[in-house]
Amino acid sequence: MNGPVYLDYNATAPLRPEAREAVASAMDTMGNASSVHGYGRAQRARIEAARATVAELFGAVPAGVVFTGSGTEANNLALRGCGRTRVIVSAGEHDSVLAARGDADHLPLDADGLVRPDELQRRLADGGGDTLVSVMLANNETGVVQPVSELAAVAHAAGALFHCDGVQAAGRLPLDMEELGVDMLSLSAHKLGGPQGVGALLVREGVTLEAQALGGGQESRRRAGTENVAGIAGFAAAAEAAVAQMDEGARLAGLRDRLEEAALDVAPHARILGRNAPRLANTSCLALPGLKAETQVMALDLAGVAVSAGSACSSGKVTASHVLRAMGMDDAVASSAIRISLGWASRASDVDRFLAAWEPLARRVQAA
Amino acid sequence: MTQQAQPKAIYLDYQATTPTDPRVVETMLPYFNERFGNPHSVEHAYGWQAEEAVDAARADIAGLIGAQGREIIFTSGATESNNLAIKGAARFQREHFGKDHVVTVATEHKCVLESARALEREGFRVTFLPVDADGLVDLDRLKKALDQNTVLVSVMAANNEIGVIQPLAEIGALCHAQGVTFHTDAAQAFGKIPLDVDEMNIGLMSISGHKIYGPKGIGALYVRRRPRVRLTPLFDGGGQERGLRSGTVPVPLAVGLGKAAAIAREEMSAEAERLTGLRTRLVDGLRKKLEADGGTFEINGHPEERLPGNLNLRFAGVDGRAMIERLEERLALSSGSACSSAAVEPSYVLKALGLSEEEAAGSLRVGLGRTTTEAEVDAAVDALADTVRILRKDAKTASDAAE
Repeated sequence: MNGPVYLDYNATAPLRPEAREAVASAMDTMGNASSVHGYGRAQRARIEAARATVAELFGAVPAGVVFTGSGTEANNLALRGCGRTRVIVSAGEHDSVLAARGDADHLPLDADGLVRPDELQRRLADGGGDTLVSVMLANNETGVVQPVSELAAVAHAAGALFHCDGVQAAGRLPLDMEELGVDMLSLSAHKLGGPQGVGALLVREGVTLEAQALGGGQESRRRAGTENVAGIAGFAAAAEAAVAQMDEGARLAGLRDRLEEAALDVAPHARILGRNAPRLANTSCLALPGLKAETQVMALDLAGVAVSAGSACSSGKVTASHVLRAMGMDDAVASSAIRISLGWASRASDVDRFLAAWEPLARRVQAA
Repeated sequence: MTQQAQPKAIYLDYQATTPTDPRVVETMLPYFNERFGNPHSVEHAYGWQAEEAVDAARADIAGLIGAQGREIIFTSGATESNNLAIKGAARFQREHFGKDHVVTVATEHKCVLESARALEREGFRVTFLPVDADGLVDLDRLKKALDQNTVLVSVMAANNEIGVIQPLAEIGALCHAQGVTFHTDAAQAFGKIPLDVDEMNIGLMSISGHKIYGPKGIGALYVRRRPRVRLTPLFDGGGQERGLRSGTVPVPLAVGLGKAAAIAREEMSAEAERLTGLRTRLVDGLRKKLEADGGTFEINGHPEERLPGNLNLRFAGVDGRAMIERLEERLALSSGSACSSAAVEPSYVLKALGLSEEEAAGSLRVGLGRTTTEAEVDAAVDALADTVRILRKDAKTASDAAE
């Protein structure tokens, strides 16, 4: 049993078999969904079936589902296309939310990684009629789950619009726009076992969007470009499978908790970040003060174990994670934190392999 | 999910989209399966393997246009590439150098025109150049349109409706002489005709995957490095693709586009010759049949300066849409671009050639491609000729009755 071990599901997940089948079968067909002939109409039918599936799974109406090329694009479309002049986001949002509106106010995180609804309320004291609030449901680095329905209620009471980046939460937590009370929800296919290259922005009825990509008028004039039919079909199939297998979460939580307990046994001074907050069952953000995250990650890679030192998009950068800094972690903690994230194909032996490779590193720090 | 069966009509709509080549699909599959990493994960072998595959694809795409791999930015498709090139270059130039004038052409793809109109709403001046009766841009008019505040000239390489190929080298030389960035929408031309970014002085080139037997959902933008063409991104985030296009690069799709480009490089010239032969066969066959009845047809757009796989035919006294509907069981055709094929108005491209509404409405596009055979062309000739005869007879009966 020496194959590589993949524990970086929050960066990207392997394609689920259900999605693979949907992608392969759609790639065998041809036609442009905008064409009026039979080939085009068959593609249109595939897209609309997928749209209905995604809408149903996440509590939207089909007309409110806008397929995009990625979660990043969905976040940009929401933040730039919503028409609100003032934007409030949490300091722990994904780069695509932070960068989409450089002019946004940042809500602080507490030491557990949580946003406080009373802080949002304070910032909306003067009203929120011109405001968009954007807070993610689950964080990509720590897995911390925000009190989104409370935050959305606060935003709505002030007349603000509420967007939620659900990219990491979708397929891992029950996620229903309606129940959550959010106006816009971003999703990404490849984080839940669908193909890369497709995402969606779900919008509640009555929310208007200004398209960012202009052209042929696809997606009800909200996102131009020939539809990626195979990607969209694969997205729906993966989402369906992920939601149907949501109870997998209990199994992954068992694996993750065993990993964390064993890690703390070996290295009592190690820290699990966000552990006191509600968290995704699959994610562990493990800090080992005294040993740089990069060093750990490289040693683990040599042992055939793939984890990351933060989010994949920023993992090439030297700066410490903005999420951990927002949680008030000092450099010693923030720069030594690695992210272990499990998923649908993770097994108990993967956790064993991780521990076998990580424990010598932890011992090395203690000996020093 | 209910899935409709694949239709049986002969597919003659290769400018709308092409089937994914089985060799492309085969190359993509491993990246859906065991090699599934995120190319931006720099910390483990899964990520490196993905990044390597993406870079190899970049090199294959660049190789087809005389560029370097690192000048290729992946996008979700040519629509995004065109939006990024036009809005991105114009916004950057205005912000940094105060220039505010863009030149494009009346027959461009909708996403180019819409991007240009968005710039107008932002306060840019945009010149929409007319074309001649063959669909070609007048170089003198283009030259006169340029002024010292011109930031960008955007002229498509080959038109999606009439297949007309613009004189890219001459346009590029003009732009180069004036120090203006030249963008070309090559969605229809890339992989079909020879293109060279240096010989043609191209600064930005939009590329599509699904128009060249690659997957949908992927495109590329060539962005010249020397001298560097600067862009303001359309959307921001993790800073992938040299900061120009944030978002995870979809590895299987990028690999698929790379393979499609590599195949095109191998087969382009032989395929162009074969398609030109099929096109001639179609035109000659149809002419012979219709002339026997004393009727005929015209070809919209320049007769030679066009894509080998494109025809746009005009039948006097016949409604193109009625013809397409009547032919539906036998031929999959369109009256123009797919994006607007549900729209009722006649094609703005054909009107720009100086055709009347009636003439434009009497036109249809025939797209030939990699899987088109001689037998299909012959069947198409029969089907087209039968239908034109019937519709002309109906029209004549109706007008006789009216008299």
